[in-house]
Amino acid sequence: MAKTGTTGDKIFRTVLLIAVSIIPLIVAAIIYMMVQNSLPTLQRFGVGFLTGREWIPAQETFGALPFIYGTIVSSVIALIISVPLSLGIAIFLVEQAPKNLAKPISFMVELLAAIPSVVYGLWGIFVLAPFVRDYLGAFLQKYLGFLPLFQGRLTGIGMLTGGIILALMIIPILTAVVRDVLEVVPVTQREAALALGATKWETTKVVLGNAASGIAGAVVLGLGRAIGETMAVTMVIGNSPQISASVFEPAYTIASVLAANFADATEKIYLSALIEMGLVLFFVTFAVNALAKLLIIGVSRRNGVAKA
Amino acid sequence: MAETNSQNHGRRKLVSSVMTTLTAACAVFVVAVLLLIISYIAIRGFSSISVQFLIDTPKPVGEGGGIGNAILGSVMMTALAAVIGLPIGVLAGIYLAEFGNNWYGNVVRFLADTLVGVPSIIIGIFIYTLIVVPMGRQSGLAGGLALALIMIPIVARTTEEMIRLVPDAMREGALALGAPQWRVTWNIVLPAASTGIATGAMLAIARITGETAPLLFTALNSRFYNFYLDQPMSSLTVQIFNYATGPFEVEHAMAWAATLILVGIILVINVLVRFLTRKRF
Amino acid sequence: MTGSNFFTRKITGIFLFMCLSLSLACSGQPMGESNGSQGGNSKLTGAGSTFVKPMMDKWTNEFGKLYPSVKIDYSGGGSGAGIKAIQNQTSDFGASDAAMSDDELKQAKGGEIVHIPVVLGAVVLTYNLKEVTEPLKLTPEIIADIYLGKIKKWNDEKIKKENPNAALLASDITPVFRADGSGTSDVFTDFLSKTVPEWKEKVGRTKNPQLPQGVGIGGKGNEGVMGQVKNTPNTIGYVELTFAKANNLPTALVKNAAENFVEATSETVSSAAAGMTAKMPEDLRYEITNAEGADAYPISGMVYILAYKDQKDTVKGKNLADFLWWAIHDGEKYVKELHYAPLPAELVKKTEAKINSLSNGGKSLRP
Repeated sequence: MAKTGTTGDKIFRTVLLIAVSIIPLIVAAIIYMMVQNSLPTLQRFGVGFLTGREWIPAQETFGALPFIYGTIVSSVIALIISVPLSLGIAIFLVEQAPKNLAKPISFMVELLAAIPSVVYGLWGIFVLAPFVRDYLGAFLQKYLGFLPLFQGRLTGIGMLTGGIILALMIIPILTAVVRDVLEVVPVTQREAALALGATKWETTKVVLGNAASGIAGAVVLGLGRAIGETMAVTMVIGNSPQISASVFEPAYTIASVLAANFADATEKIYLSALIEMGLVLFFVTFAVNALAKLLIIGVSRRNGVAKA
Repeated sequence: MAETNSQNHGRRKLVSSVMTTLTAACAVFVVAVLLLIISYIAIRGFSSISVQFLIDTPKPVGEGGGIGNAILGSVMMTALAAVIGLPIGVLAGIYLAEFGNNWYGNVVRFLADTLVGVPSIIIGIFIYTLIVVPMGRQSGLAGGLALALIMIPIVARTTEEMIRLVPDAMREGALALGAPQWRVTWNIVLPAASTGIATGAMLAIARITGETAPLLFTALNSRFYNFYLDQPMSSLTVQIFNYATGPFEVEHAMAWAATLILVGIILVINVLVRFLTRKRF
Repeated sequence: MTGSNFFTRKITGIFLFMCLSLSLACSGQPMGESNGSQGGNSKLTGAGSTFVKPMMDKWTNEFGKLYPSVKIDYSGGGSGAGIKAIQNQTSDFGASDAAMSDDELKQAKGGEIVHIPVVLGAVVLTYNLKEVTEPLKLTPEIIADIYLGKIKKWNDEKIKKENPNAALLASDITPVFRADGSGTSDVFTDFLSKTVPEWKEKVGRTKNPQLPQGVGIGGKGNEGVMGQVKNTPNTIGYVELTFAKANNLPTALVKNAAENFVEATSETVSSAAAGMTAKMPEDLRYEITNAEGADAYPISGMVYILAYKDQKDTVKGKNLADFLWWAIHDGEKYVKELHYAPLPAELVKKTEAKINSLSNGGKSLRP
């Protein structure tokens, strides 16, 4: 019995190891392909590619900084909006709502993950952008207009609208994963907290503390989706490679410049620049993930959660 | 002392009810926005939906036409992606959860998170250079592979999270009874995490079914019914993309209608997956 | 335990079933591979310009009704995708709004590529000004100044001078440009480069125009530009003629080389090509922007089918040649209803010669 067990375990572990090794293999192959195809600009511009602020394909001037800025800021806006909302709805679904209400709601939220990006984009142009221009933006400008964040021309097309679209698109994945994470926290935890006289919210806080690492994982997944999103953002962000303090001004993200231009780019140097942008995105995601990991470790330590 | 305690208690109660109301408000708000989007799509697309629309192939503008071949293509490519992506993803997730507490696990976890953030268009370009150019044509096979690559890291990470949450007591109990590790994982841990894994799989399937960018370069499109994976293949998303970006109002209506159908298909898959993986007690 | 066994069994069962059905799909015989016999079944695949997709859909469908054995599958994807497809030989033909450059031609893996114009298009300026009812009149200088951020208000003297009766207000102009690489931008910037020296120096002819910082917003695709102009007051944008016509957008009259303000219609676009046919080089790679002729619309362009001169497959090659021949003759009657412009008679002659030059091993494919 023990012997078959070990053989079985060996086979099992080998199969798992092969499966898991496919992931680094894919990453390595993609990086290899991208480096190979972006050699012309890598050699020609070097680090200048990252710090350049001008992007003029016609003159073969390529600087990625405005795109990096746009990618990070739009994703941050998306997270600021979607994380509290998703946490709120997930807590509501798991801790408060009766089962026959929770089921249809979570079902609906998951369905939204399936709407194609281009449809979000069109909805963004026709519904969201006018709303941002006439109501949300106007409101922010009126009451918080003294901040450089909310100054400038208000067309409805820009960083803010891009961030909101992204937030809507990542709410399903965030909510679904956080909900599942909360659901698996043992009932005994809640009972213990309640038995000690904790209020409902304090109990929830205990649950959240226990689920911190899972929640952080969900945020990283959502962030990944936001960073890599293409079509919808392109349609509402205004597609101007500039660095502006105002969230009303148009901006550009790495993923959307790729989506908008790759299909029609045929010049070798331009293709190379676009693929190098993909490479840059890889490393931006790397950096953001590393940062997220550090944050998670920090949070888990503070909450005294043993399992990191 | 007693006074402050009761004051404290009152405040705590208040905070609790405020926060409870807030979470409910979040739910109401999100659901309202979601309803807004769905109803917008429904209003603009509903009039175009008919049986003919569901079985026809695309026609020139003004002559009707439908999305029958696109539905078939989407189903075939998603199935292919699921057949490749789900086992690899789930197995990888099991490894990460059960044996991944070492440097290799950390590296893979990190790479998987990065891969989730890679825009799908890069995956498309990757498959284009790897499969399409050598093969000499776009194909459903290439499209399915691109979708599988997008699925793997998502499934792996959600599976891992879910398996980690299975209490150690369950594992220890089974191990103490003399069961080999693989049996414990396969017959105890995996079923216990099945609902969560199914959610992860569903999310991944929903995500790839909504993908356009990787298919544009790999599977391309076709206006015919195509049952073979080695030929260019139509998909709902690419068809929606074509309809939505065309100049004519009737095409736009068909784009919204096709989106409704797409959401409907996800609904059916979702119900199916839930039904098949529900826990039997 | 029975529950868990049930679970694993069920999952394994589903996977086996799915694998089985998919392997069936893989092992099928590839459709449409011809055996070299003439007139046999053949499937032609094409990719490229999305602009010409509605036209190709109509043509391929009508041609399929006449010759049911010939299946033509045109998939769009963008002009660049069409060029890549023909370079890498992943499609039987490509379609592009702009001629291939010498550099692009060099990267073609299958030898010499023939440019076959099949239809004409135009780029129009559309705007969102509620108060303006008559079509605006714009000169190349005004358009360039708006897109360079030099004209900032709608009631600018330069605009007023050409439109004395229009109700122009002191509102900020927001120009909208195409952010994705496109033939539309190529035609638009080519026209301005030919007519305005400052434009040529600052932006130039390009598929990817970059405006000075802070001027304008970028839309993705014709639909993106159109959506933004429709929804945002005081905007101006450039889109394909078909988009403007199909959606009843207001379009500006543009001053042409003969100093006339011309509206974009099928006729004025065809007339632009007619005026320039004599000047076209042998390979027909030519821009018909700022064309001569009193009624020529100045921001016009040609759409090309790209194909290898030496067609490796006789049946496919013959079907392609027959289809193109049909398109520019019998197929022409469908052009106007879809808001494109037909080739003028002079150009049809030159195009016929191009179609006849398609060959297989030196043998011409058309009788």
